Amino acid sequence: MPPSAPPAVAAPATARGLRRLRPLWLVIALAVLGAVAFASVGIGSRDVSLADVIAALGGSTDGFNEAAVAKRIPRTLLAVLAGAALGLSGAVMQGVTRNPLADPGILGVNTGASLAVVTAIATVGLSSATGYIWVAIAGASVTAVFVYVVGSLGRGGATPLKLALAGAATSAALTSLISAVVLPRGDISGSVRSWLIGGVGGGTFSSISQVLPFLAVGLLLSLLSARSLNSLALGDELAAGLGERVAVARGLAAFGAVLLCGAVTAVTGPIGFVGLVVPHACRLLIGVDHRWLLPLSAVLGAILLTSTDVLGRIVARPEEIDVGIITALVGAPFFIYIVRRQKVREL
Amino acid sequence: MTALQAPPRLGITAGEIAQGRRRRTARRRLVVGVLAALIVAAFIVSLCVGQTTYSPREVLGVILGQDIDGASFTVGRLRLPRATLAVIAGLCFGIGGVTFQTMLRNPLASPDIIGISAGASAAAAFAIITLGLGATQVSIFAIIAGLGIALLVYGLSFKGGVVGTRLILIGIGIAAMLDSLTAYVLSKAAQWDLQEASRWLTGSLNGARWSEVVPVAIALAVLAPVLLTQSRNLSTSQLGDDAAAALGVRVERTRIIVIIAAVGLIAFATAAAGPIAFVAFLSGPIAARIVGPGASLLIPSALVGSLLVVTADFLGQYAFNVRYPVGVITGVLGAPYLVYLIVRTNRSGGSL
Amino acid sequence: MTTAHTLNALDLTVGYGDRTVVEGLDLQVPMGGISVIVGANACGKSTLLRAMSRLLAPRGGQVVLDGRAVHQTPAKELARTLGLLPQSPTAPEGITVADLVGRGRHPHQGLFSRWTPADDQAVADALTATETAALADRPVDELSGGQRQRVWIAMALAQQTDILLLDEPTTFLDVSHQLEVLDLLTDLNRSRGTTIVIVLHDLNLAARYADHLIALTDGRVHALGTPAEVLTEDTIRAVFGLDSRVVVDPTSNKPLMLPLGRHHTTTER
Ligand SMILES: Nc1ncnc2c1ncn2[C@@H]1O[C@H](COP(=O)(O)OP(=O)(O)OP(=O)(O)O)[C@@H](O)[C@H]1O
Ligand SMILES: [Mg+2]
Repeated sequence: MPPSAPPAVAAPATARGLRRLRPLWLVIALAVLGAVAFASVGIGSRDVSLADVIAALGGSTDGFNEAAVAKRIPRTLLAVLAGAALGLSGAVMQGVTRNPLADPGILGVNTGASLAVVTAIATVGLSSATGYIWVAIAGASVTAVFVYVVGSLGRGGATPLKLALAGAATSAALTSLISAVVLPRGDISGSVRSWLIGGVGGGTFSSISQVLPFLAVGLLLSLLSARSLNSLALGDELAAGLGERVAVARGLAAFGAVLLCGAVTAVTGPIGFVGLVVPHACRLLIGVDHRWLLPLSAVLGAILLTSTDVLGRIVARPEEIDVGIITALVGAPFFIYIVRRQKVREL
Repeated sequence: MTALQAPPRLGITAGEIAQGRRRRTARRRLVVGVLAALIVAAFIVSLCVGQTTYSPREVLGVILGQDIDGASFTVGRLRLPRATLAVIAGLCFGIGGVTFQTMLRNPLASPDIIGISAGASAAAAFAIITLGLGATQVSIFAIIAGLGIALLVYGLSFKGGVVGTRLILIGIGIAAMLDSLTAYVLSKAAQWDLQEASRWLTGSLNGARWSEVVPVAIALAVLAPVLLTQSRNLSTSQLGDDAAAALGVRVERTRIIVIIAAVGLIAFATAAAGPIAFVAFLSGPIAARIVGPGASLLIPSALVGSLLVVTADFLGQYAFNVRYPVGVITGVLGAPYLVYLIVRTNRSGGSL
Repeated sequence: MTTAHTLNALDLTVGYGDRTVVEGLDLQVPMGGISVIVGANACGKSTLLRAMSRLLAPRGGQVVLDGRAVHQTPAKELARTLGLLPQSPTAPEGITVADLVGRGRHPHQGLFSRWTPADDQAVADALTATETAALADRPVDELSGGQRQRVWIAMALAQQTDILLLDEPTTFLDVSHQLEVLDLLTDLNRSRGTTIVIVLHDLNLAARYADHLIALTDGRVHALGTPAEVLTEDTIRAVFGLDSRVVVDPTSNKPLMLPLGRHHTTTER
């Protein structure tokens, strides 16, 4: 009996269709982002009118309402930046590890950043915002390298299972270490709370301006590595055959990704699952070309985080739910969906 | 090198087989005996030693119900329930953890990684902090949540059969979600108290009372024998579902009994002491190293778990100038071993 | 005595999920000899073996061992008569050869019963028969593929069943180890009278070692008989979609199949 016929050759047509729609999707996404950001400025525990919002955006802080709105502007800006950085960072990590489950939260990179910051606060009394960022990036980098090395030992390299297990186990270990560092220091335990739950509520213009340079460098490195990620997707041997310096390309891209998520974590605390969910959604929309995938992941990440933040303000009125909690609630089912879709052999 | 000696043996006698087996059984018995003795010793030390040290005779007096000044309160009301809970919870975590690891053929697939401890912990934190329930209700809450999570993880990983890798990954996803729920519940507590929070994040025996100890003890007395009856089926299941079924194991039934019993133990222990970090995870592999391969690990692992918790709790209370909850100690001590374990498992791609 | 058993599939239908793999299959497994099942990939060979050893519940029809449906037979009781060595069993890490072979005694042990001298004897016999006695205390992980396969067969032997089903016991083995395993199974059949059913992919080895050859296509028995009856050019075309020549093997007088590709043939088609 002959083997079954190959599947009908419909793929190129779809791919061409996707390719034509790519600019369109990017434009749509940007428009949605604008709308969400506007909503984020307008919606909160205090009801304000459209006129108040516009006045506040114009710089006025006269009335109560306008003042309330003005406070939401840095918060919104931080949500947009953090979301973009996390989405982009996730897309790059998934490309570098060739692994659909790579995400700063799953890989324990966020926890690494948290531990580094908490340790620095407790031991050397670190308190400057820039200091936080450097320390967080250092912690994130060390953890990322560690988890990747541990997860790629043995047969089959960095399979999703091994990487996720290494990340989960590492992050559990780091959580214990965080408690060990903080418990003797009752005086700082309050300020540590934010390192356990991520949120953008504390965003100010000054903290944003501190983190901006780091994000810019991370963004640049990530976007520049789009082409390399495309070749890396074919496997290391083939990429090398195409003239890619595999180790260098991978190192640069990974550093960009770690820079992005480390810097964001320094300001917001750990926010998981954005980096996981967003790149998958983007791949469905525009395919696997990283030159389009990376920018769209940034925009979609910003949309996701900003709208989640708004959601957290609406559902628990007059209280707020931190975004870190909502992204986990939304992201985990998505994670499970991806796991279920994979063939067992690929796990 | 023995290549040049003795020609290859072609046969083997039943006597030789029996001898080898007896050797291994003897080792296992020895290990079990030594571990049990160590637990008793650690238990006695943690009753006698502390801010004030009492003699074993005074402690025995208190246990027998005599009224001894000071000791009656310190030992009878504070140290005794605490040390008892440490022993019992350790047994629960140890046996529950190794059961999952054996069943899923992966040492990393312990209840604290695949979300079961996280579920019980989130439920217990919610029941205590948000609903303000008492010990028994909290236990019930935790076990329902633990079983619910186990069923959810199992159900979600079902797709033409359950595959271990898929189950572990889905468990990790669920655990991440539950951890953030716990964090949310804690953040809504009237007062952000890190000591209390750390109970639900890493596990703690602070302020253990008899009312918390009793449900766990009952659970252990009922569920551990259930697991022990399944011990041989469980080790045969390690050969793979097909091979085990061909040897007469009813694979699905074994799996369900074992899951319910193990989840029950984990959940009861978690409701009382929080998800004491890594005990469920580490006991099995440590026991496997001591006992050697091939033997059933349920009892050795339970004993290792118990010894870990008793010792770590004692260290946490008195070894440093701060009182650390037990979970922080096991977490920090466990971390290096954990890393070693991941590296070794990934190298060999194997199981326990 | 093994010929006292009967093992029949009656109008058997088996599948996974919404997919039916074996449909309406009737098969009377010949007792006392070596039967070899051949067929293309995914035609349902493993599925048939799994259904016969109670691992898969039938959708329709039944498998009957000694007049009793296997799905009504308690698992352990069945496992004392009928053994199966699946295609890819897993050995727990670090387990020694003697321990692994000892696991084959599972169906003979009760809930709390201890090891008996009979268990030790069975393990010793199995190790001796498979010439793995010298490996008894070695960890299974450290063995070569051929040694490991013999250890798994030893485990199945320790089960001491009168009927033994083996799913591709020779995959991953080189030619000489393949022959070694098949010779071992033949010895077992000749000395103990164990009925053996093997799935094999190599048609020529199948023809050489089989007393009965069973050809499956699409979950049905296409042909059953002696190798000479079954291994014909027509059957091979029907079962594998392959043109071939069948000649007589001068060393064994069994049929020998020579596949014909599109190139490299001198004979007229
Ligand atoms: N566990 C399973 N779940 C779903 N489908 C399965 C499962 N096992 C086998 N199948 C399907 O059933 C069909 C028959 O499989 P089977 O394993 O019986 O084939 P086989 O004849 O043994 O093939 P091979 O020569 O490759 O071993 C195949 O199409 C296979 O994809
Ligand atoms: Mg098969």
